[in-house]
Amino acid sequence: MHVAIIGNGVTGVSAAIRIRQLQPDWKITMISGESDYHYSRPALMYIFMGHMRYQDTKPYENSFWELNKIDLLRDWVTEIDTQNKQLKLHKNSSLNFDKLLIATGSKSNKFGWPGQDLDGVQGLYDLMDLKLLYENCKGAKNAVIVGGGLIGVEFAEMLHSRNIHPTFLVREKSYWNNVLPKEESEMVNKLIRKQGLGLKLETELKEIVDNGNGRVKGVITDKDEFIDCEVVGLTAGVSPNIDLAKESSINTGKGILVDWGFRTNETDIFAAGDCAEIIKEGEERNLLQQVWYTGKMQGKVAGESISGLENTTYDPGIWYNSAKFLDLEYQTYGMIMPKAKDSEEHLFWEHENNLHAIRIVTENGSVTGINVMGLRYKHKVCESWIREKRSLEYVFDNLKEANFDPEFYTRFEEDIIRKFKKEQAA
Amino acid sequence: MINAKTLDYSFDEESEGFGEPPKAEKAESRFGEKFFLAIVAFGVLAFVVQLLGAPFKGTWFGFLLAFIPIIIGTPIYFFIHYNDTEAGIKNDNVYFGSISAGGILGWLAGIFLIGFYVFLYWKPEYLSGGIEIVDPLARALSGGPANQWFLYGFFYTVLVLVFGIRMFMKYRHNRYQIIRTSSVMFFQFGLAFVIPNLLKALNQPEFYFTYFWPLKYEYLFPGTVSKFVSHPEGLGIFFIFWGAMMTFIAIPVLTYFYGKRWYCSWVCGCGGLAETFGDPWRQLSDKSTKAWKIERWSIHSVLVFVTVTTVLLWANSATGGQIFGEASSTLKRWYGFVIGAMFAGVIGVGFYPILGNRPWCRFGCPMAAILGLIQKYYSRFRITTNGGQCMSCGNCSTYCEMGIDVRKYAQKGENIIRASCVGCGVCAAVCPRGVLKLENGKTHKDRYEGSDKPVSAFIDSIKHFP
Repeated sequence: MHVAIIGNGVTGVSAAIRIRQLQPDWKITMISGESDYHYSRPALMYIFMGHMRYQDTKPYENSFWELNKIDLLRDWVTEIDTQNKQLKLHKNSSLNFDKLLIATGSKSNKFGWPGQDLDGVQGLYDLMDLKLLYENCKGAKNAVIVGGGLIGVEFAEMLHSRNIHPTFLVREKSYWNNVLPKEESEMVNKLIRKQGLGLKLETELKEIVDNGNGRVKGVITDKDEFIDCEVVGLTAGVSPNIDLAKESSINTGKGILVDWGFRTNETDIFAAGDCAEIIKEGEERNLLQQVWYTGKMQGKVAGESISGLENTTYDPGIWYNSAKFLDLEYQTYGMIMPKAKDSEEHLFWEHENNLHAIRIVTENGSVTGINVMGLRYKHKVCESWIREKRSLEYVFDNLKEANFDPEFYTRFEEDIIRKFKKEQAA
Repeated sequence: MINAKTLDYSFDEESEGFGEPPKAEKAESRFGEKFFLAIVAFGVLAFVVQLLGAPFKGTWFGFLLAFIPIIIGTPIYFFIHYNDTEAGIKNDNVYFGSISAGGILGWLAGIFLIGFYVFLYWKPEYLSGGIEIVDPLARALSGGPANQWFLYGFFYTVLVLVFGIRMFMKYRHNRYQIIRTSSVMFFQFGLAFVIPNLLKALNQPEFYFTYFWPLKYEYLFPGTVSKFVSHPEGLGIFFIFWGAMMTFIAIPVLTYFYGKRWYCSWVCGCGGLAETFGDPWRQLSDKSTKAWKIERWSIHSVLVFVTVTTVLLWANSATGGQIFGEASSTLKRWYGFVIGAMFAGVIGVGFYPILGNRPWCRFGCPMAAILGLIQKYYSRFRITTNGGQCMSCGNCSTYCEMGIDVRKYAQKGENIIRASCVGCGVCAAVCPRGVLKLENGKTHKDRYEGSDKPVSAFIDSIKHFP
């Protein structure tokens, strides 16, 4: 049995390792045009800033792949022939497979802005983008970042470390407030401004201006303001990378359509990670998950499915995620919407220094979500509270147990509980 | 369809690397930094002109002219340098600096340090100029003239103190780092510099309360013991008692409760230098499995070497030299040369800019070997990981001075239980997702499967060695 995996990102790798555990004798080939070995995509920024070298971002030593008999192939797949179970390759001629996993990830969004294809305009997703950024930063003093999301703030931090001044254009009233509640979002606004980065809220990109040589010289906003810049970062989200599947007989929507075992409509062809769209029978919207953690979990389940475990299904579990906005760490557990639902009660505490905050959300008396900023909380503890529908009293009684900050750090739990209890009494 | 530009991409990220990205000129001038660097340079210059024979060499004037600018100027420089950025982890440019990334300047710094150690151990006459410059301080503290060991102790302590202040600024948001750094600064300055010199002034044997057998191997050698016993006034007896108590009681008890960090990154002078002066080089430690294999062989071999030497010396002294004759003293000399001087000194510090800041602690120190065995099999200390939050970025592994591939455990959500971990806490500090935490658990039993049977786990590990 030969399993081919397109993509060596976290999903492809998690699947490959799971298949090897379950099927010691199968042949596994992992194909990538981007890099010889798997690296951690979220670590791209640290290469640019000089915290790490490229080789430090590889989660496994090179010998790991040989040891686990996972063949690596550096090439681009140009076509999937579902009929003959064959991949057409760019450099090599072709590769036959018995089973196939498509784990091609996603692509940076471009919304058809005038000038979006000029030199100096780019997204930040893969090693090609990273290399391009080195070119684009030559002689650059100012940059404009379009879109205020996670990659945007990382992009800004990277440029800032090279003394290139970034200005954010954010369509919303406040940074990432389509995900973060108002208070958390404002903490990030303050931080961005405090560190000397430009932040233009409720501002959209109208046009990217050519310097006459096909290179960017600035942007014009929807308020007809001209901003000088030599680099434009497009970080207005990502979309599933489904180009390959689209040209084949595999069904696609926004992503590659799969069931809860990551099977596509074609037998023996699977898709998982950022590029997959899980069909939710009887519901209006399907499930698209595009973060590191879900890519890892989906890959593992896809690996089980491919290995022949018929009953394996993906359980997204209690949602969680984390990020770092400049120096501010953020963790979220459960689903917290930016605007409180009528049935929800939101308790929010923020330290006067704007560097620490916590939000606890309850619905019908039980906790449904926790956000922490500038605090570290235990994943397992928060998850169990939400899963077990714990009451607020229970959470207060055990809040200290959830803290994961390093030793000797000031603990705020007593302050937090005092404030929350007072609010509840009122 | 993939576009043609992408299809043409054939970059060898592995061997070519990405190098340093372009940097824009910074608009504002960095006057403060430059000014205090100039002050430090003045101090160094004052030291050098004395080496070249300036007439005030050996006077208080000469000493203060060189060292006041260095000792005051360096911390102020670090203060201004770090105060320029917000508190938080700022490892920007670490891999672009020639000194910090093992470039030409790094090698030159290494050669300079190695040269210093070679002179120190084997050609102290080349250091006579420096010894003369610190002579006034030696006389004031210990009542006697300076020698190369005083010069060494003075440089060592100054480095720990001024680079300790750099640590305060770099990790000013992290109280674990601040307290830990204060601790190593205190032990180096008080117990490894001032007290040993005062003891000398009081006509007592030189003694370091923070070093014990087997790191300070002489303290349990028969020669030292008999010297201490025969010393009048009885303080020597207390030293023997102190050393033996630390080796046989404090080490197992404290390591059980807190892991080897209580010593290696809170008390020990070697650790103190590594954690302060050595911090800029921590990322250079080798993280490969191969290095781990070498490490396990070499560090445990040194432990066997020093144990055998000690036992033979005692057997020999008990029998009046009848069994081994000259053999045990030959062994002692070889241990002193190969391990005490070459490994701990020349390689241990001289190779900071090449092998990272703890080559001795990782590959050689027999004390670290003992503490490590206790830590691994019978201690409450562990680094815990935070569920599924790891995104495998590798900052933890990169900045582990002991070369532990922390990420390997973190990305699987496993506790990190490694003999070599000195508990510096930097992995937890640099983690951008809040995944790692150093902890003293309630018992030693819940750390990993099999840890409730430490003896059989240990025997098992020997069977599977390496």
